[in-house]
Amino acid sequence: MPYSKKVLDAFKNPHNYGKIKDADGIGKVGNPVCGDVMWLYIKVGKNKKGEEMIKEISFETFGCIAALASSTIITDLVKNKSIGYALEFTKKGILEELGGLPPMKIHCSVLAVDALHDAIYDYFSKNKRPIPENLAKRHRILEKEKGVIEERYKGWIEKEEELHQDD
Amino acid sequence: MTIYLDNAATTKIDPSSLEEMIPFFEKNYGNASSVHQLGQKAKEAIEKARKIIAQSMGANSEEIVFTSGGTESNNFAIKGVAFANKDKGNHIITTSIEHKSVLNVYKWLESQGFEISILGVDEKGFVKPGDLEKAIKPETILVSIIHGQNIIGSIQNLEKLGQVCKKHNVYFHIDACQSYIKTEINVQKHLVDLISINSHKIHGPKGVGALYLRKGTKIEPYQHGGGQERGLRSGTDNVPGIVGFAKAVEIGLDKNHIEYIKKLKNKLRQGLLKIPKVKINGPQDERGLCHILSASFFGIEGEAIIGLLDLEGICAATGSACASYTLELDQTLLSIGLPPQDINGTVRFSLSRFNTEEEIDKVLEILPKIVGKLREISPF
Repeated sequence: MPYSKKVLDAFKNPHNYGKIKDADGIGKVGNPVCGDVMWLYIKVGKNKKGEEMIKEISFETFGCIAALASSTIITDLVKNKSIGYALEFTKKGILEELGGLPPMKIHCSVLAVDALHDAIYDYFSKNKRPIPENLAKRHRILEKEKGVIEERYKGWIEKEEELHQDD
Repeated sequence: MTIYLDNAATTKIDPSSLEEMIPFFEKNYGNASSVHQLGQKAKEAIEKARKIIAQSMGANSEEIVFTSGGTESNNFAIKGVAFANKDKGNHIITTSIEHKSVLNVYKWLESQGFEISILGVDEKGFVKPGDLEKAIKPETILVSIIHGQNIIGSIQNLEKLGQVCKKHNVYFHIDACQSYIKTEINVQKHLVDLISINSHKIHGPKGVGALYLRKGTKIEPYQHGGGQERGLRSGTDNVPGIVGFAKAVEIGLDKNHIEYIKKLKNKLRQGLLKIPKVKINGPQDERGLCHILSASFFGIEGEAIIGLLDLEGICAATGSACASYTLELDQTLLSIGLPPQDINGTVRFSLSRFNTEEEIDKVLEILPKIVGKLREISPF
């Protein structure tokens, strides 16, 4: 497979996945080009300095090898880190952490950064915090993209809800 | 040990085919165009191979032109007929389920002033002969259809489609790279004018294929040069490749292989259907290729499935190998009406006579665990 060892290791050993029921923030993002979907949940606490930090983090991802590996890696990178640190995390940063990706797959790692930032956006907005302009701007783009994805998977998500009722 | 279930991408060479080739590298390495003994030995071997391949489809030797493989055969057939017959018309008909080596030829031909009509297919991947008939115009010169589809395995009805082409006096080309040897093709019975076939899909070497050209077909040469292959395809003959190809055909003609592969495929299909929320795509009766099984897994992506299978030493594919590095949804799966999420969750397993029941058992033991794990991670 055309992936770095780091990507393959994370793909082989996924962790920090599943729902967090009482999450403080949820980021739900989808990529309209390839159809990958990532839902990221955070619980926020405080560190010794009194700064807000990500106490718990978990993801649910429908995606390819790159998307699944990025999901695991981003949770490792920001768990127990301050919100400020997580917000400064960039697309370039995750790509370096992954040891690079095939050019066609770079957008898959972007999904993880977007999901993280959107979970923080959700936390800020639920708690009526001021939202940095670039975060709000990105959120508006992500909402649009999510609309495309929801339209695409419409019948499917409904079908899944039906199936869950049977469980 | 590797379990290889990607035989629609390429196959392992049959040891007898390889053995047959070696003397033509080591001892009989002459150029088949040379007049000396070594050259003539090579020429004899080529003509023997040509006869085997011609007979395999009820053709005459002079109707077989050797090429470098399926892509070249398709390019040769389509461009060759298009340019040789453009005084008659500029319209060509094809389908929405073609291989890229046909589809991209058409994209280019459009830039050269040809008009292309693309026929849709039904939910099992079949072209309706009535649709073909409706699409034919006075300017139509060629109809080109994939015989055995490489993603879902549908085998088109050559009798009916051939009759439509014959009735309207247009050339009929089939891309038979997946179907050759695996299902009957007989030019006495089927009204086909050009057939693309290749060697590496049937346990022969890579880098060799052939084009069947019905006698009298008006076609432009593909490569110009020393005049090999009756001036239609110049270039020094790939003697070992051609010899290995013919040997693979000889061995492959044993019908027991098809029955054996069918049995394995059936076992795999039964096992897959025991996994919750799995759907099989394409025809599951005798109208489907014996070796191709396409399955869609709800809520997870095909690439992740084949990635985890690969870590267990099992090779499968998401779609055709040629499309692995594009993000586009597979055109064939779209054409049979599969929704995008199912297309993303599709895996193609393709078998060969070298697979065993034990291998299928192993896959069916591992695969449900992989699917379960990925579904735990998925939000759906």
